[in-house]
Amino acid sequence: MVENRPLLSILAHIVLLLGVAIVALPVWITFVGASHEAERMLQTPIPMLPGDQFFVNLRQTLWGSGLEGTNTAPVWMMLMNSMVMALMIAIGKIAISLLSAFAIVYFKFPFRMGFFWMIFITLMLPVEVRILPTFEVIADLGMLNSYWGLTVPLIASATATFMFRQVFLTIPDEMLESARIDGAGPMRFFWDIVIPLSRTNIAALFVILFIYGWNQYLWPLLITTDTDMMTIVVSIKQMLEAAEQSPQWNIIMMTALLAMIPPIFVVIAMQKLFVQGLTETDK
Amino acid sequence: MLKRVHFPASLLPYLLVAPQVIITLIFFIWPASQAVYQSFLIEDAFGFSTEFVWFENFEYLLQDDHYRDSFGRTIFFSAAVAFLSMSFALILAGFADRVIRGSTTYRTLLIWPYAVAPVLAGALFLFMFNPTIGIFPYLLEMVGYDWNHYLNGRQAMFLVIIAAAWKQVAYNFLFYLAAMQSIPRSIIEAAAIDGAGPIRRFATIIFPLISPTTFFLLVINAVYAFFETFGIIHAVTQGGPANSTTTLVYKVYNDGFIGLDLGGSAAQSVILMFMVIVMTVIQFRFIEKRVQY
Repeated sequence: MVENRPLLSILAHIVLLLGVAIVALPVWITFVGASHEAERMLQTPIPMLPGDQFFVNLRQTLWGSGLEGTNTAPVWMMLMNSMVMALMIAIGKIAISLLSAFAIVYFKFPFRMGFFWMIFITLMLPVEVRILPTFEVIADLGMLNSYWGLTVPLIASATATFMFRQVFLTIPDEMLESARIDGAGPMRFFWDIVIPLSRTNIAALFVILFIYGWNQYLWPLLITTDTDMMTIVVSIKQMLEAAEQSPQWNIIMMTALLAMIPPIFVVIAMQKLFVQGLTETDK
Repeated sequence: MLKRVHFPASLLPYLLVAPQVIITLIFFIWPASQAVYQSFLIEDAFGFSTEFVWFENFEYLLQDDHYRDSFGRTIFFSAAVAFLSMSFALILAGFADRVIRGSTTYRTLLIWPYAVAPVLAGALFLFMFNPTIGIFPYLLEMVGYDWNHYLNGRQAMFLVIIAAAWKQVAYNFLFYLAAMQSIPRSIIEAAAIDGAGPIRRFATIIFPLISPTTFFLLVINAVYAFFETFGIIHAVTQGGPANSTTTLVYKVYNDGFIGLDLGGSAAQSVILMFMVIVMTVIQFRFIEKRVQY
């Protein structure tokens, strides 16, 4: 640093540690809540230190029939639904964005700009503002309560297309020239040169989109009425409603914990890609 | 935009853009145009007849006190979320920028809330502030303050604001820290030689230099608070008590799916779409500025 002020450095660490503690507090309380018996969670003050029931609760939450008095699916099933949904959204978005960005950058064809602007418009229409008519489309197509209905409407992505377009524009033209001299067609060029060159960007985007997909709430809430199709993020709300009658906070908090762990794990394990993805998609 | 060297026109590029364009048409353009169309209709309570009424839905909305209140509330909510999470993130980033060793560790410890779904953030705060068993109402009771967000609208609003701000701190911190670390050290050193202390340097050099990031984050946070906090509100307060936490997006959902007022909900959707377009344009302009900087 510029000048040596040990007191200020100590203050910096103290403030940062306090910040970390404030940010982590809700999750700590959740973890504590997930490690006690249901009865203990009804007496005030609730404990601030973890109890010994963590694995009992974990087993009951994962393999049991969920919360008493609700008709939620077992949690392992909802975790699987969430995983399928998140993967389908992430992979689907990346696949169709790669293809359309490739077409827009590497081909000259009539209506090219028209398509570009049509894709751009999707950026402006988040699900939240067109809920009802989109829901009607899905209902008319018979896609309620299916993985397709859950994922396909969220797959179109202007941000991903823009990002790949930027990446492709940085690929030197000589690459294409030499590939063409060697007799490679467009798709060969796409697979053997464009995809390998944008590998880190694809990975970075995957991290962001996986989190985006996993955390979807409003859309699955509307599309899934079957308990078998319910995702874990949506189930929390059902459990909170049930908690008014039969408070089993240990199970609810355990479910919340299980719903948080996969995306948090992805962020921490792939931090570098995550930061790259976050800064790139917002350009 | 287009490569200097490119492939000739054929059927292939159409096939390549087809999936994206078909999905856009079916799930974006068509529903959006339906929303615009429906916003001109009034359907009777039993769905027997619909009447084309031009702008009557909009006129009704703009005169409706509930809608106007929810408009003001959404703006207050967004401003509070943006201010709270950005200032908290700015303080932390300012200190993290100073720390020589360990700033990456702090980053790791601070960015993970980004990955928590809004509805889960809501559930966590609901548990902490539950009037019967929550830890904070218990502590507040000891100092003589009565907490019940199921009855008190202000407390409900406070609760959704801090839950929404908590989740957004990670994002703001990340961008602020990156912006501060990209400031050339020589500028700060020059100021230090001229005798400016840390606070003075922050106020007169660092903060003005990261102002493009501040603008950018303001827009991003506003978009977040407008559109992505549905889960928090749905989990924590369901818009209540007495509509005190009903934001615009929550109202679209509530009027459309619970109240089944199709025309009114569609008109609200159209207004929101218009607002998103304005925000997107602002976002793009600020980002252009940011790139120049």
